Amino acid sequence: MTARLVVEGLTKRFGGLVAVRDLSFEIRPGEILGLIGPNGSGKSTAMKLIMGIERPNAGSIRLDGVEIAGWPAHRVARAGVGLVFQHSRPLHRQTALENIKLALLPDSLTRLITDHSVTEQARAIGESVGLGRVLDRYPHTLPFADLRRLELAKAIARNPKLVLVDEPFAGLTSAELADFSRLIAHFRDEGRAVLLVDHNVKGVAALVDRVVALYLGERIAEGTAEEVMRDAKVRQVYLGGSIEMHARPAQLNAARSLLEVEDLSVFYGKAQALERVSLSVRAGEFVSVVGLNGAGKTTLFNAISGLVPYQGRILWNGVPLAGQSAAAIARSGIVQCPETRELFGDMTVQENLDLGGQHQPPEEERKRLRWLFDLFPILEARRGQAARTLSGGEQQMLAIARALMMNPRLLILDEPTLGLAPVILEQLSQALERLRETTPITVLLGEQNVRFALSHADRVYVLEHARIIWEGLPEHFAKEAGAAYL
Amino acid sequence: MSRRTLAALVLLLLLIAFPFVASGYLLGVFTIAFYFGVFAMAWDLLFGFAGEVNFGPTFLIGLGAYAAGLLNVRGWPILPAVLAGAVAAVIGGLLLALPALRLRGPYFGLVTLVAVLLLQQVIVIFAGVTGGEIGLSLPDVLSVDARKNYWYALAFMGVSGALLYALSRSPAGLILQAAGQDPVEAQALGFNVAKHKLAAFSISALFSGLAGALMVFYLGTASVDTVVDISVTVQVIIAVVLGGRRTILGGILGAVFLIGVGEVLRPLGQLSTFVVAAIALAVILLFPDGLIGAFGRHGREA
Repeated sequence: MTARLVVEGLTKRFGGLVAVRDLSFEIRPGEILGLIGPNGSGKSTAMKLIMGIERPNAGSIRLDGVEIAGWPAHRVARAGVGLVFQHSRPLHRQTALENIKLALLPDSLTRLITDHSVTEQARAIGESVGLGRVLDRYPHTLPFADLRRLELAKAIARNPKLVLVDEPFAGLTSAELADFSRLIAHFRDEGRAVLLVDHNVKGVAALVDRVVALYLGERIAEGTAEEVMRDAKVRQVYLGGSIEMHARPAQLNAARSLLEVEDLSVFYGKAQALERVSLSVRAGEFVSVVGLNGAGKTTLFNAISGLVPYQGRILWNGVPLAGQSAAAIARSGIVQCPETRELFGDMTVQENLDLGGQHQPPEEERKRLRWLFDLFPILEARRGQAARTLSGGEQQMLAIARALMMNPRLLILDEPTLGLAPVILEQLSQALERLRETTPITVLLGEQNVRFALSHADRVYVLEHARIIWEGLPEHFAKEAGAAYL
Repeated sequence: MSRRTLAALVLLLLLIAFPFVASGYLLGVFTIAFYFGVFAMAWDLLFGFAGEVNFGPTFLIGLGAYAAGLLNVRGWPILPAVLAGAVAAVIGGLLLALPALRLRGPYFGLVTLVAVLLLQQVIVIFAGVTGGEIGLSLPDVLSVDARKNYWYALAFMGVSGALLYALSRSPAGLILQAAGQDPVEAQALGFNVAKHKLAAFSISALFSGLAGALMVFYLGTASVDTVVDISVTVQVIIAVVLGGRRTILGGILGAVFLIGVGEVLRPLGQLSTFVVAAIALAVILLFPDGLIGAFGRHGREA
């Protein structure tokens, strides 16, 4: 059978960052292809390029032989491509049924009367995805899984030839997961081509016919789910190769506990982001929390920093943090360096660092600045440059340096390796190693790059689907918890 | 639902009969409020449905008002002048929106704000033609009878409200809401978001221009203070938020309330503006969904 979707040489650059590089693959009608890769691998960008939400810099996307690369999204959609969004944002003043009806409407300015056959059709689609009982309810009254069903229903309503599904199972319980697998498998039976975008093979293995694995914008493996899981390069990316462990003095184990998290639960509306998570960080320790995107790492850090409401207890030096403002928590010595970096883009490197040092006495500030320029020499060379003009790796270093300017007792690093090229990663790794060896700082690191996380850690926690599922020493990780990481 | 329709009909009949009991002064207040109601509804179509904050409703209103007024001065009868005013507003609106809708975030709003200032400057600079800051006196007026003026305004507002409300509830209105709330998803569903927003802008311009033109023929003069000034924009926006955004008809409620309270408090002088603003602030804080939103919610729960 000929391919329905042919992607050839697809390339997308964002400024200096190449998000997708020379990517090629095909999907046949009635086939489910999994497009997997860690955060920052370019899989979501690839999906957006196909949908027309982003325009490619080079390459070709053909749907049934028609070149659709560079078309606006609404034309791509009319040509027969549907996208099931990960986050549902339905119209809140309309019922579930009306939301499905929306997807059935033609792109017309003059359609002023609702056709009754449309209502019937919408009802039938709603029932087919299991929304039958709640069609007349408003979206804000629906549970999370039903909102995902609504997204599926909208995609089905367009009767697409090719369905793109972004992280199909994120946030679903195992019972709902089976239900959704069946619905997606049904797409295949109807002869549609399906592209599933997800983080790891494991989650979609049962469903996909083939898998394409991406890393840093490039295809690193292709084949059946088993083949890709066995692939040496994939194992390298997800598990890390030979891990260089850095032994630490044994007296650490005797150190007192600095941060205690007990039975922490966090909800975002109806979705549970953390479920009774407990962990502890001792003074001077370097602790890594490993987990895929959506596992709850950022939520955990935001709870510690006082940015999201939570249930459970967080003790800092034995004192509960509940009720303190985020600013007070930061001043007490817990400094977070967020995944999104949050630099002041129009300010120079120097100004960003000065802002971090606002609460230090001038003499102390000058001393720290010298120390940081020694730790990250590239920042000294760039000190007069606006932060937004730095490369991704330099921005990450600046973000870490700015956090260090605040003289933290606990530094929280959220995904510092996100989207960084291997060579930059190596520089960052060296800087962290020096930090660990030359200062008494305590670090809590969140990573999905297992290799990076393990090589610096004294202890490791694994977070999966909102729960801590493993805790131990880095050298035991590969044997005891590694399998979950493919 | 049918009970609500009945209530609306009764209210409409009461409004139609109102001139038989009310004074000319009161009718004048309501006449102005009705035109403001149309300004507000036209603005809500953009803000509440298309999701675009247009800080320049008075650019559209002013274009309609001055185009109609200037043509009337040159001898055009009222009806063609009003229609030409509406056309001018739509054309001006399109010229503004075509480039402005390409901008993201707050920039669309800023461009529309600047457009108002430009129009105001043009009117002041070409005072020889436009009457400048003193205003443009029109040879014709709709009527000298307060009752007739009231009914004209009521009829115009009723028809405009019915059309805009029907549009907002139609399939095209649904697409517009989707485009306003989540343009990426709307496009992924196959809707040309730019096309729908442009159409909404044109319709908003049409009704704003018509209302502006009709209002100057009621007042007998077109002046910057009444149809162009930023303070008019602020009143339109407050009327919508007060009445309830995304409701269309809430704009009427907000406008009547705003103009009405402004008149009642007129003896307070400068202080009245302050009191009106304070009341508006309180309503917005207590009922973020506006007056209609507050009633509507009770209705749904009952």
